Amino acid sequence: MTGAPAVTGRTGADVSARAPWTPDEMMTIAAARLLRPGCVCFVGIGVPSAAANLARLTHAPDIVLIYESGTIGTKPDVLPLSIGDGELAETATVVVSLPEIFSFWLQAGRIDVGFLGAAQIDRFGNLNTTVIGDYAQPKTRMPGAGGAPEIACHARRTFVVLKQSRRSFVEKLDFRSSAGFLGGGAERAALGVGGTGPQVVITDLGVLKPDPATNEMTLVARYDGITVEQVVAATGWPLRVAAQVDVVPPPTEQELAVLRDLNERTRIAHARPFAR
Amino acid sequence: MQFGNLLEIIDAFVRDGQSIALEGFTHLIPFAAGHEIIRQRRRDLHLIRMTPDLIYDQLIGMGCARELTFSWGGNPGVGSLYRLRDAVEHGWPQPLRIHEHSHAGMAAAYTAGAARLPFGVLRGYAGTDLPGVNAQIRSVICPYSGERLATVPALNPDVTILHAQTADRNGNVRIDGIVGAQKEAALAARQLIVTVERIVDDLGHAMNAVVLPHWVVTAIARVPRGAYPSYAHGVYARDNAFYLAWDDIARDRDVFRAWMQRHVLDCRDHAQFLESLEEQAA
Repeated sequence: MTGAPAVTGRTGADVSARAPWTPDEMMTIAAARLLRPGCVCFVGIGVPSAAANLARLTHAPDIVLIYESGTIGTKPDVLPLSIGDGELAETATVVVSLPEIFSFWLQAGRIDVGFLGAAQIDRFGNLNTTVIGDYAQPKTRMPGAGGAPEIACHARRTFVVLKQSRRSFVEKLDFRSSAGFLGGGAERAALGVGGTGPQVVITDLGVLKPDPATNEMTLVARYDGITVEQVVAATGWPLRVAAQVDVVPPPTEQELAVLRDLNERTRIAHARPFAR
Repeated sequence: MQFGNLLEIIDAFVRDGQSIALEGFTHLIPFAAGHEIIRQRRRDLHLIRMTPDLIYDQLIGMGCARELTFSWGGNPGVGSLYRLRDAVEHGWPQPLRIHEHSHAGMAAAYTAGAARLPFGVLRGYAGTDLPGVNAQIRSVICPYSGERLATVPALNPDVTILHAQTADRNGNVRIDGIVGAQKEAALAARQLIVTVERIVDDLGHAMNAVVLPHWVVTAIARVPRGAYPSYAHGVYARDNAFYLAWDDIARDRDVFRAWMQRHVLDCRDHAQFLESLEEQAA
């Protein structure tokens, strides 16, 4: 790697991969790698959107990205700040209404991967985006569930991405905004919740997958430079660890360059003041 | 259908205590109409909107609302709506009763409302705590399969307010771009007010576009840039920098009130609101 020329992105910024990557970049890249070419992905704003577009700009150019604003097959040049930026409509195959996107597309089972973030997760992959504290008298009122409850029960599988800490990986959720494996085991299937649930949780420390028998989230991979002990310490319940914990390969130069260029384009676009 | 100016239309059709829906999913949010409601100091409104966005943050913070029906209450891509949070967490400036849904639930409720059915039905809310905190979310047994399905009561706002790119001189309204649940919210309403960027002789060949025919429209006002800082596809872009800046404005009660005084209450109309922002930026 040393001695390689600086890689300049379309914004002119140096996006060369020689600088060490950040935990956020590693998390986004690890998530992007899990999206297979050609898959139909229902995308949320934030890391899911960055990861899905990184996949589209690297190994999965034919991935179909759907945002809940009704934009199907969208190919944004910069990451949208909101779920309904004009960029998403302009680059979409088709734009449909909200009742249509949720009923004909999501509920009808036409989504391979639902990509969700959250403020809190528990050991069975249930998510909270609603309140911290009591619902009626919340300590912190968060935005709420939005599209997530139905994404979680209609996508064939869901991927969850969030930073790992004892505040976010909790023994008990303050509120269940969307369903993972509920109380574990076969409880989700018994309730008739559709889809196969959260099949992977990607954090800034490593990767968790549900145990085949209990559906409890289990550490299966860690990032280069992160120890298993660090991941356990950042989890609010006694974390199950797989017999063999793999090490996720570090970002390639190409992955980092494409992600940094995308982020730089996005930063410039969002800072642009109102065009009069 | 009547054309008029926005001040007169809000004065004539929006009453204290009504349920009102200012729809537009990130796109075409009727900010000018929301500001006029604030200027006319309407009170005790039941606000309905899938994504309350900055406009309901402003209405709530200015004490216009007593109830809110919604499904995602954040500043998109930025974080919190601090005035909404302050009302829910601390009852400031007054308590806010909330009816919380998922997006799919709200979409089903508007669709039922537009069809004048009593409730919407969906496979939804499964395994979540939402039905436990919102008694409106119930279920029904399918008479054909025996499956239990979630239900939400129809939403039929007293007034729905939209912003659109274009109306013709007969009062037909055309919406282009991300169309959200505008058509459903419009047809669910008892009265429909629309602000538009422009009024033209001919809407063009709009066979498959979202068009609201003149006889379902109550009143239209021409308000250029009436969705700003949201956007009107093909006319102006979303001001993402404004949405980022709102985070600091809304975080503090006094900063918020001073901003609303200068840019909304002290402005006669939307044109002055836009001028006041330009003056500040200069």
